[in-house]
Amino acid sequence: MNFNATLIGQSITFIFFVWFCMKYVWPPIMSALETRKKLIADGLAAADRGKHELELAAKKAGDNMREAKATAAEVIAQAEKRAAQMVEEAKTAAKEEGERQLAVAQANIDQETNRARESLREQVAALAVAGAEKILRREVNAQTHADLLGQLKAEL
Amino acid sequence: MATEYASSGEYIKHHLQNLTLGKLPEGYERHDHHGNVEVLSESTLTFAHNAQEAKDMGFWAVNVDSMAFSIGLGILFLFLFRMAARKASTGVPTGLQNFVEWVIEFIDTSVRGSFSHRNPLVAPLALTVFMWVFLMNLMDLVPVDWLPLVGSMVGLPYLKVVPSTDPNVTFGLSLSIFVLVLFYSVKMKGPGGFFAELAFQPFPKFMFPINLLLEGVGLIAKPLSLSLRLFGNMYAGEMIFILIALMFGGSWILGLFGGVLQWAWAVFHILIITLQAFIFMTLTIVYLDMAHSEHH
Repeated sequence: MNFNATLIGQSITFIFFVWFCMKYVWPPIMSALETRKKLIADGLAAADRGKHELELAAKKAGDNMREAKATAAEVIAQAEKRAAQMVEEAKTAAKEEGERQLAVAQANIDQETNRARESLREQVAALAVAGAEKILRREVNAQTHADLLGQLKAEL
Repeated sequence: MATEYASSGEYIKHHLQNLTLGKLPEGYERHDHHGNVEVLSESTLTFAHNAQEAKDMGFWAVNVDSMAFSIGLGILFLFLFRMAARKASTGVPTGLQNFVEWVIEFIDTSVRGSFSHRNPLVAPLALTVFMWVFLMNLMDLVPVDWLPLVGSMVGLPYLKVVPSTDPNVTFGLSLSIFVLVLFYSVKMKGPGGFFAELAFQPFPKFMFPINLLLEGVGLIAKPLSLSLRLFGNMYAGEMIFILIALMFGGSWILGLFGGVLQWAWAVFHILIITLQAFIFMTLTIVYLDMAHSEHH
């Protein structure tokens, strides 16, 4: 073993290398490692949270779906009910209108009948008077027997 | 390769010699292979041509190969990790970033497991120790003759490619760590507290010379064992590779056997180099943790 200045040179080199390593190598790599560790931890936590949220959302979606179905069924039921009601109302209205029309027609018919009967009655009276005139001629005065004629007319 | 050398012993010695750059004094007698003697007219800055010259250069010489390979590998490590750090994103990591993050997480877990205080220095220190020692050890898996052959082509007399088989390198690391241990011991416990820890235990206070001796040995043993363990393991591993490589100089049967052995040892060595890097790092963390903790 032959010691010489290599010993000193080696020590200086060593100190320089350690200094360089401490300043430019260790801290950036270590901080990158720490940051990545944190990122991964955060990522895992976020994934967990996401999964949980997904479950909640799925549950919520199911609830919404059920609710929507219920609402739809209700709406349909109401619509059906309403339709039935409308049909009923229409039926009633049509029936009433028909009855009203019928009544009006009946009234018209009655009126016409009365009018025809009246005129017929007058004509029969006139005919009867004319007939009687022809039979009686002079003996019967239309004016004198007006009462009688009126009586007759009412009896017809 | 062994055939180029006069003997197996010389081959081994050659492989265990660092490329040392230093000053030889004026009047120094240089002996070359052929026994010629050259006397230097003035002090010369040169590469040592043998172990004796390297020794004669004294303390102020540099093992150029150890320095070059260790710095090169350290820069490779920092370059790769810096590139990953620049592109570090919180998104999905790919390729290099994946690998770097894997290493960093591993180091971070080790530090959290062994170090119970807050100190932003320790984790990057552990990362640097682990990766650098690992890469330096990894050079052991390069077949022992390849790079020295390339070196000899460009005129380098020696080239030892595994920096962690050079005690200068391992002690350079462990002494720096030792200084840190002393610094944090004093900083966290105060000079008095640190002294008390050394002097007033394990025996009662009046026996403090014995305590001081025991604890002092324990303290000194930390950097010593740290560096010698790494050095010893890598040196022994390298030695076995060299011994196996000696077989390639024999008959082709011996060469083939050597090839099989080299492969087997290399596979086993993958475990050793990783383990040694890990042990070095873990002990660094533990020593720093002890420096931060109060003894009871």
